[in-house]
Amino acid sequence: MTYQNPPTIPRKSATFDDYTLSEIRRAAATGIYDIRGSGAKRKVPHFDDLLFLGASISRYPLEGYREKCDTTVVLGSRYAKKPITLKIPITIAGMSFGSLSAPAKEALGRGATLSGTSTTTGDGGMTEEERGHSETLVYQYLPSRYGMNPRDLRRADAIEIVVGQGAKPGGGGMLLGQKISDRVAEMRTLPKGIDQRSACRHPDWTGPDDLEIKILEIREITDWEKPIYVKIGGARPYYDTALAVKAGADVVVLDGMQGGTAATQEVFIENVGQPTLACIRPAVQALQDLGMHRKVQLIVSGGIRNGADVAKALALGADAVSIGTAALVALGDNDPRWEDEYQKLGTTAGAYDDWHEGKDPAGITTQDPVLMSRVDPIAAGRRLANYLKVMTLEAQTIARACGKNHLHNLEPEDLCALTLEAAAMAGVPLAGTNWIPGKNNS
Amino acid sequence: MHTTNLATAAISRESDHSPAKYDLARTPLRELNQALHNVQPGSNGTAFEVINPKGSHAVAVGVNAPITVDVRGSVGYYCGGMNSEGTITVHGSAGPGVGENMMSGTIIVKGDASQYAGATGRGGLLVIEGNASSRCGISMKGIDIVVHGNIGHMSAFMGQSGHLVVLGDAGDALGDSIYEAKLFVRGKVKSLGADCIAKEMRPEHIAKLQELLDRAGVKDVKPEEFTRYGSARTLYNFNIDNAAAY
Repeated sequence: MTYQNPPTIPRKSATFDDYTLSEIRRAAATGIYDIRGSGAKRKVPHFDDLLFLGASISRYPLEGYREKCDTTVVLGSRYAKKPITLKIPITIAGMSFGSLSAPAKEALGRGATLSGTSTTTGDGGMTEEERGHSETLVYQYLPSRYGMNPRDLRRADAIEIVVGQGAKPGGGGMLLGQKISDRVAEMRTLPKGIDQRSACRHPDWTGPDDLEIKILEIREITDWEKPIYVKIGGARPYYDTALAVKAGADVVVLDGMQGGTAATQEVFIENVGQPTLACIRPAVQALQDLGMHRKVQLIVSGGIRNGADVAKALALGADAVSIGTAALVALGDNDPRWEDEYQKLGTTAGAYDDWHEGKDPAGITTQDPVLMSRVDPIAAGRRLANYLKVMTLEAQTIARACGKNHLHNLEPEDLCALTLEAAAMAGVPLAGTNWIPGKNNS
Repeated sequence: MHTTNLATAAISRESDHSPAKYDLARTPLRELNQALHNVQPGSNGTAFEVINPKGSHAVAVGVNAPITVDVRGSVGYYCGGMNSEGTITVHGSAGPGVGENMMSGTIIVKGDASQYAGATGRGGLLVIEGNASSRCGISMKGIDIVVHGNIGHMSAFMGQSGHLVVLGDAGDALGDSIYEAKLFVRGKVKSLGADCIAKEMRPEHIAKLQELLDRAGVKDVKPEEFTRYGSARTLYNFNIDNAAAY
């Protein structure tokens, strides 16, 4: 090593980074794609790329501790005889019994009920635990129809027809044999221990015209009482929202690619679907074009983490948001207190996503009786309620600063974007400019 | 959309024991289904007749009591959907999804049935006296289906439980990705789907099939004339060497 022959330092490829290399080695060793839970982990434009402008001479703020900022939301007012009223515009997303343990489902119900909001069943039917502990329960109507029955339809408070989800628009469910316990097998009418594949398409309808008839059937079965939601993944949000409205939905639930799943292929999660931020404005535009904004409610999910995210989603035109991953974290998912056990599983707190394996140290994504006993449904439900309260207070803080006496009064004009991409996706000006990329042929 | 017929209700019952008659040319669908849902346990008014269905969708859905409904004519989608305990007879043909997710009771279609007949059904008996189209018994979860004629492609796809009996022929990909549903076909099967195989007819299968034929009112047909099909169970747990089967 001399001055005449200076070395370069070792250089790793940006294209073939460490993660990519490890995945190539894993694929070569096993011959099967990687399956995991959670949503997209890649960095995509998100709510962090937006800022609120706050009040100024042209807008005056509301007093933080004296002037009211309403947070209620009514869902299902279009056709349902019994629309539901939530105290906060943050709901708990659909997650199945089977993918989650019974104590975790109970905790979600308890936390939602304490907060005056709804929780949602999943691809595995309705359990007594969640019905009993959920004041307002949304019952998912999925392609698999596991556990589907008219009694549960009638004792639900709303029905959500699932067309897709953000983690895997166009994909079906997956629950591997480790998690098919006796109880899960019985609810799904399947043999114990098999790798269970849920269909990606509904068995008895295809396309928007059929969906309209399917919605009619469900309304007739439930005597037109229940709000009917249609849940779509973030694929073609303008057209899917318009078609859901045309088919007769009371509520559209729109889930971006950061939205989680219990299990699917990593390649699917990271490469199919659009970021949540990119989905909201096209969906709102569809509602506005049809004269249905605020008449058909829009619930947005996928990467909602705090009150600022809530406020931003609502400012872009959503009526409410939904949380899944964040709710699980509030219950105790990926908590560093279990770090030793995460290490034994070859991972670390914050990165654990092998939810399909049923070995969750936190007892949430498992059917193992010993592990699930670690979830105290009452304490975990309280943590979720605390978290929902903080999110609501944060959103109210921002809304008051923007001079709004209801979260729904937030508007795109309250926002600017930090990046060109976010400005284009959210349809708000780049900070410091009046430029909205893509608007007026700019 | 949906119920727009606001004509005066046309419901008649000639005597206490004659069926209540609903004329869908004059009565909104909503009124019919509400009346079916309002039947109380022990009620004498358990017989209903529906005339002029003219392809209406969602006729007699969500029945929740041991009532009889005779539909005089052909119906559209989802007739008898989620039926519990009711006996529904379609004196005509049925559109897609007849008896979808039915829980119990009986549905009889005198004519043909379109796609997805008995889809995801969890119990009860669905009899189709004519032919059934594609995806008959898709994702079936305990229902018994008897088809007097032929069935179309992809029938009993992902069938989990229950029995599908076909007196005629079956189309392509019968029983694709099947779980524990049992299929009995008397005629030819154009092709079998992934993981579906012909199986031995043991005495318990002969006995079960005879029971199903009797319940469906099928005469002069012997169980021994059928072949049983079911799951080879090779795809129950994922194995990379089976990837080509998907």
